[in-house]
Amino acid sequence: MRNFGFSTTKSRTIDYGDIDRRLISYILENEPTFNACLSCGSCTAICSAGNLTSFNIRKLSLQIRLGDLEKTHEEIDKCMLCGKCLLECPRGINTRNVVMLIKKGLTIFEIKDKA
Amino acid sequence: METYFILPFTLGMLFLLIVLFIKYGLWITKLSHIDKLRIVQSIFTRRSWDAIKESFLEGLVHRNMYKRNPLLGYMHMCFAMGWFLIIVFGHVECYMYYGTLAKAPWYPIFFQYYVHEWFPGERFMTNLMDFLLLYILTGVLLAYFKRINSKIFGIKKTTKLKPLDRVALISLWFIFPMRLLAESATAALYGNGGFLTNTVGQLFVWIGVNSSMESMLWWGYSLSLGLFFVGFPFSRYMHIFTEILFIFLRHYGIKLKKQFNSYSRIQVYSCSRCGVCIDVCQMHVANISNNQSVYILKNIRDQNLTDRKLYNCLLCGRCEQACPVRINLNDLRISQRIRATKEFNSDYAFLQTLPVDEPQMIDSKPEVIYFAGCMTHMTPGIKKSVLKVLDKAGVKYQFMDKEKGACCGRPLMLAGQYEAAKKLIAYNREKILESRAPILLVSCPICYKVFKDDYELGQITIKHHSEYFLELVNQGRIQLAQSEKTIVYHDPCELGRGCGVYEPPRELLRMTGQLQSVQQEKVNSLCCSGSLGDLSLSMADRNVIKAETLKVLLQKNPDVLATACPLCKKTFVKGVDVQVKDIAEIVAEAME
Ligand code: SF4
Ligand code: SF4
Ligand code: SF4
Ligand code: SF4
Ligand code: SF4
Repeated sequence: MRNFGFSTTKSRTIDYGDIDRRLISYILENEPTFNACLSCGSCTAICSAGNLTSFNIRKLSLQIRLGDLEKTHEEIDKCMLCGKCLLECPRGINTRNVVMLIKKGLTIFEIKDKA
Repeated sequence: METYFILPFTLGMLFLLIVLFIKYGLWITKLSHIDKLRIVQSIFTRRSWDAIKESFLEGLVHRNMYKRNPLLGYMHMCFAMGWFLIIVFGHVECYMYYGTLAKAPWYPIFFQYYVHEWFPGERFMTNLMDFLLLYILTGVLLAYFKRINSKIFGIKKTTKLKPLDRVALISLWFIFPMRLLAESATAALYGNGGFLTNTVGQLFVWIGVNSSMESMLWWGYSLSLGLFFVGFPFSRYMHIFTEILFIFLRHYGIKLKKQFNSYSRIQVYSCSRCGVCIDVCQMHVANISNNQSVYILKNIRDQNLTDRKLYNCLLCGRCEQACPVRINLNDLRISQRIRATKEFNSDYAFLQTLPVDEPQMIDSKPEVIYFAGCMTHMTPGIKKSVLKVLDKAGVKYQFMDKEKGACCGRPLMLAGQYEAAKKLIAYNREKILESRAPILLVSCPICYKVFKDDYELGQITIKHHSEYFLELVNQGRIQLAQSEKTIVYHDPCELGRGCGVYEPPRELLRMTGQLQSVQQEKVNSLCCSGSLGDLSLSMADRNVIKAETLKVLLQKNPDVLATACPLCKKTFVKGVDVQVKDIAEIVAEAME
């Protein structure tokens, strides 16, 4: 390939036929309010774990929706379940339950992080 | 021989005794080594005597239940006390006649059948026994009514039964009416019996009764007894003896552990399904009527507890407070959550990599170390007020989680993430001890609870800001001005029922305004609905519950609704006209 002196980023196209929907289905089934999330990021803005680490609950939920579960385990383990996000969420989503369901879902479906 | 009718009773009783022996034997052997030592050490002390007293008052008289619901208490007392006395006096009667207690157990039970003639004291005893029978029968009558219409007991709903419970229940219903009929038939034939059985006996004479009918009725009595005994260990009636075992173990200082163990099981089986916990639960206003503690305990026994039910509970502690058997309902529920989530606890490795605070000056040992906690950080008004009061009073303090702080661990604990919580606890504990402050000041009851129960801070006293500020006032370090504003105070669950702090906030409020009482307060206070104990309650349902709580709190139209918990404040503030303020804010304002 010719060197043009710049590089392009790797394609981020998502193949919707190929998504791992197990986790997101499990969460939605048990906590339907999660459907209403509008990714506003309020939860992330006040997050206690986000204050201490690079943890980003909004990003994580987006990735789960897209079936991108490579680092979910490592990430979700940072949440301290403090409940601040619950108070801030404009859609009244039971965020703490979502977190618990992610944790349980990862265990049930034996989803491990990619090394 | 017609006396074969004693067989169902005798076999049933034998069966019951064997099963009970095995069950209780297993439960006690499975207690931890330390708990067993506790039993051995306390068995010949005053504690046993206290336990006997309580067993009498609660197991027989049902005093606590009576206080909660007199009719229900009376019904339970009829069965327990009446039956107990009938057994005791049955033996007395038997002794008076035979001159020995060494008679087979069926003699005192079927005494009327065996003994027809007069003996010294016979009149008195038979009438006494009749009276006791009548006493129990009133209870039986109430029990019938309760099944048909539980509302007369002020109970919203009675519990559903499984087949073995039904067998036991129905045979129990039959026992005493059958005894009445059998004794009356004998009275009709031989002219014995007291005021009750003899009178009913007259009726039998009038109908015409013969000895085969009599023996049939005795068979019926014995069969219902036998059937009840066989169903007993597998039914809810296990609570009768288990409660007594529980009372003894509690008096011996055995405490519920985080992990579900043998003692937890004993508590589960001590539930009498009286239904008191159903009534006090606020979930009903949101039409949630399947997850109250009695159902959860039943699910634990039947091993069919679902996550949905397990997590849908505010852990407000109202049911625990009301439970006449004094079962540790909150911690039992948490132990189930611990069990359900034990496979996925975080280790919070990132805590090790957090920057360490700059070292404290050696000689500037602070008076207090202040931990605001996640919830206080959500309510800057409270935080500012606490700091303002500390500054004004000239308190030398260290702010532990000013910029970056880990959660206290209580929310994890409530969710059952015990192992994860331990990690946060270890991290925070080290920081607290490092500060060398003699007092840990908290402004959130949720944190208070976990510091108190799980941190093992040794000499350090933990104080909620209401307690600490009251101390500052008493020491003259701050002065408060009183206003004419009327105030009602909402007891936060974790502070009140959780940690037993009721008076300090009230005293402060009396100094700053006109404190009004509310209908349900202190131990009976309602939950704001914001509790972190519930993981799956929807916002809509929370709002319904909140509205009910507010209705009670705002009945007298106060100027200010005061609370002592940032989460309560945050919960109430949305959608209410009245001013909602934390104690800290009120104190800070009153200092001006
Ligand atoms: S509960 Fe978890 S995600 Fe929510 S604010 Fe706390 S740490 Fe962040
Ligand atoms: S605050 Fe609520 S709606 Fe907004 S991103 Fe978080 S969960 Fe979604
Ligand atoms: S838990 Fe307590 S209050 Fe509830 S039914 Fe059982 S004994 Fe009664
Ligand atoms: S703790 Fe509160 S919400 Fe939970 S069952 Fe008991 S009374 Fe109901
Ligand atoms: S926020 Fe307050 S009233 Fe509400 S659950 Fe917590 S302690 Fe109870």
